[in-house]
Amino acid sequence: MGTSKGQIALRCANIHRYLGQGEGRVHVLKGVSFEAQRGQVYAIVGPSGCGKSTLLYLLGLLDRQDDGDIWINDRLMSNSSDADRTAARGEHIGFVFQFHFLMQEFTALENVMMPMRKLGRLLPEAMEARARHLLGEVGLGEKPHRLGTQLSGGEQQRVAIARALANEPAIILADEPTGNLDVKNSTMVFDLLTRLAKENGQAVILVTHNPEIAGRCDSVRPMRDGLFV
Amino acid sequence: MSPNLRIAFRFLTAKKRAMLMSLSCIVLGVGLFVVTQATTSGFEQFFIRTILGTNGAIRIEDKIQYTIRSMSADGYGSDYEIRTKEGRKYIEGIEEPKLVIDAVKRFPNVAGVSEVLHGAVIMRSAFKNESVRVYGINIDDHLKVSDIERQIIRGQIDDFRGTPSGSLVGLEMARRMQLEVGESYQLEVGGQLRRYRVSAIYETGVSDIDRVRVYLNMGEARSLLRKPTGASFIQVGLINKDRAVADAAHMTEVLHHLSKSWQEREKTWLEVFRALRISSAITVSVFTLIAGLAMFNTLAMIVMEKTKEIAILRSMGYTREDISRIFLWQATIVLTIGTVLGWILGATITYAVSKTPISIRGIFAADTFIVAWSIWHYVAATLTAVVMVMLASLVPARRAARLEPGDVIRGTAQ
Repeated sequence: MGTSKGQIALRCANIHRYLGQGEGRVHVLKGVSFEAQRGQVYAIVGPSGCGKSTLLYLLGLLDRQDDGDIWINDRLMSNSSDADRTAARGEHIGFVFQFHFLMQEFTALENVMMPMRKLGRLLPEAMEARARHLLGEVGLGEKPHRLGTQLSGGEQQRVAIARALANEPAIILADEPTGNLDVKNSTMVFDLLTRLAKENGQAVILVTHNPEIAGRCDSVRPMRDGLFV
Repeated sequence: MSPNLRIAFRFLTAKKRAMLMSLSCIVLGVGLFVVTQATTSGFEQFFIRTILGTNGAIRIEDKIQYTIRSMSADGYGSDYEIRTKEGRKYIEGIEEPKLVIDAVKRFPNVAGVSEVLHGAVIMRSAFKNESVRVYGINIDDHLKVSDIERQIIRGQIDDFRGTPSGSLVGLEMARRMQLEVGESYQLEVGGQLRRYRVSAIYETGVSDIDRVRVYLNMGEARSLLRKPTGASFIQVGLINKDRAVADAAHMTEVLHHLSKSWQEREKTWLEVFRALRISSAITVSVFTLIAGLAMFNTLAMIVMEKTKEIAILRSMGYTREDISRIFLWQATIVLTIGTVLGWILGATITYAVSKTPISIRGIFAADTFIVAWSIWHYVAATLTAVVMVMLASLVPARRAARLEPGDVIRGTAQ
C-alpha cells in the first residue's frame, strides 16, 4: 500500500466478533481488516446481518472485539481501558446514526454544543460560535433554538451531522445516515457529510443499503457473512 | 454549570409528575420530621426547665455512713472471709447543713445553694382539712436555685420575705382549700396549731408539688417542725445543668451525702420523652422512605426511557462516571429543593403549632404547645432525607452507568 501512515485515521486488522450466548452464539465478524484515510469517504455495503453495523460500532470503540486490533490515529485502542476509549471517542470520532438520536429536551444549538462541553477544549463563547457556524453549514442557521421535537427528520439528521463534526474529529462513522430519510433529504445529508468531511480532511465511513449513495463514495467495501468480499 | 448538571436539569423535566411526587414526599418528610422533633423536644426541654425550677439541678440529701464490707482473718484473699452485700447505709437528712453548703459552694459549676427543711403537717382552713408538706426555705437562697419567683401567679414574694407568718401556697392547694392571697389558714403538727397567711400563690404545673407543698420561712418551719438544726436536703443550682450527673457523683464522693442529679431523679420521664422523640422520628421517616422509593422508581423509569440518550452521550465521550453523576445530580436537585421547601414547611407548621392553645397540667404547666427551635432538628431531617434519597438513587445511577452503548444502539437500530 502506498499510503503514508499519517494519512490513515483508522485501521483495524483481523477483527473477530461473536454475538449472543450458548447455542445462539453467532460468529458475526470473521477476521475483518480495514483502513480509512483522511479526506476519503468509504461505504460499507451488504445484506442485513452481514456484520456492517457491528464492525462500525467496533471501529467507533462502542463495542469490544473478541480478537483483532484497532488503531485510531496510529494509537492501538484494542485493549485500552474504558476511560481511554471514551476519551478517544470524544476527541477523535463523530457518530451519525440512522435515528438521529438527538437529545429531545435540548435545542439544536445545545445538541451541537454537547460534545464540545464535554471535551472542554473551547471557551463557552467559542463553543457557541462554532455550534452556530456548524448549524449554518448544515442549513439550520435560522433554527438554533428549536428543540429536537420541533425539527423534521431531515433537519434532525443535519443537526446530528453538525454535532458529529463539533469536536473536529478525524473520523466520522455514520450508520445508515440516510436510511430514514426521503430521496431529497438523503441526497442533501450525504452531500453535506461528504463536503464537510472533505473540507476538514476527515475520514468518513458509512454503512448504507442505498446503492446510489454507495456509488458516490470514494471507496465501496461490500461485506458478506462477516467478511469483506 | 457543568455539562452533567445541565443534562440532569433537562432530564428532570422529562418526568415532571413523577419528580413532583418524589419532591412532595421529601418536603413532607423533612417538614414533619422538623415539626415532631420541635414539639417533642419542646415539651422535653420545658419539662426539664420545670424540674430545674422546682427541685433544682442537684439535691443533696441522706448522709452516707460506710459499713464494714468484709472481714478476713489474714488480710485480703484469706481463706476465712465474711462478705456483706451493702457497704454503706444512709442516715436521713443533713446534720450539718452549713458545713455541707460551704463545701458545695467550692464546686466551680455551682450557681446557688439552698437548705430545705420539710415535714408533714395538717392544713386547716374554714372550708376543709388537708395533709400537706411544709418546706422551710431561706427565700433569697432559694431564689438562686429555683424559679419560684417566676412561678408566682398571685401575690408578692416580698410579702413572704418580710412576714414571718407568710407562706407560699400551691395553686391546686389554694383551690382545694379555697384560699386567696391575704387569707389565713392553720397548720397543725404534734398537737400545736399555728396560723399563717397566704403571701402568694405559685404554680409549677407539677401537680404533686402544687397540691401538697407549702413554703414557709426557714425560722418558722424550724419552730413548727421542732427541728432547730439540720436540714432535710440541700437544693443546688448549677451554671451548666448538663454537668449535673458528674457533679452529683463528685459531691457524693466528697461530701459523703447522697447527691442526685436531675437526670437521675427524673429518669423515667426523661426516658419517656426520649422514646417519644425517637418513635415520632421513625414514624415521620416513613415519608422520607417513600420519597426514596419514589426517587428510585422515577430514576429507574428515566434510565429505561433514556437508554439511547445515554448511549449517545457515551458515544460523545461522556464517561460512565458522567452518566452516573447525571442521575445523582437529578436526585440531588430534587433533594435540595425538597429539603429547602421541607424546612420552610416545618418552620411554618412549628410556628403555627406554637400558637395553638392547649392546657397541660400534671408534669408541667403549659397553655400552648411548647416547641423548641433548634438547627439540629433541621440537620437531622436533612441527613435522613439525604441518606434515604441518595441511597435509593445509587442503584438506577449505577445501572445507567453500566449500559453498554454498543448494545443499546445495536438494539435500537434493528
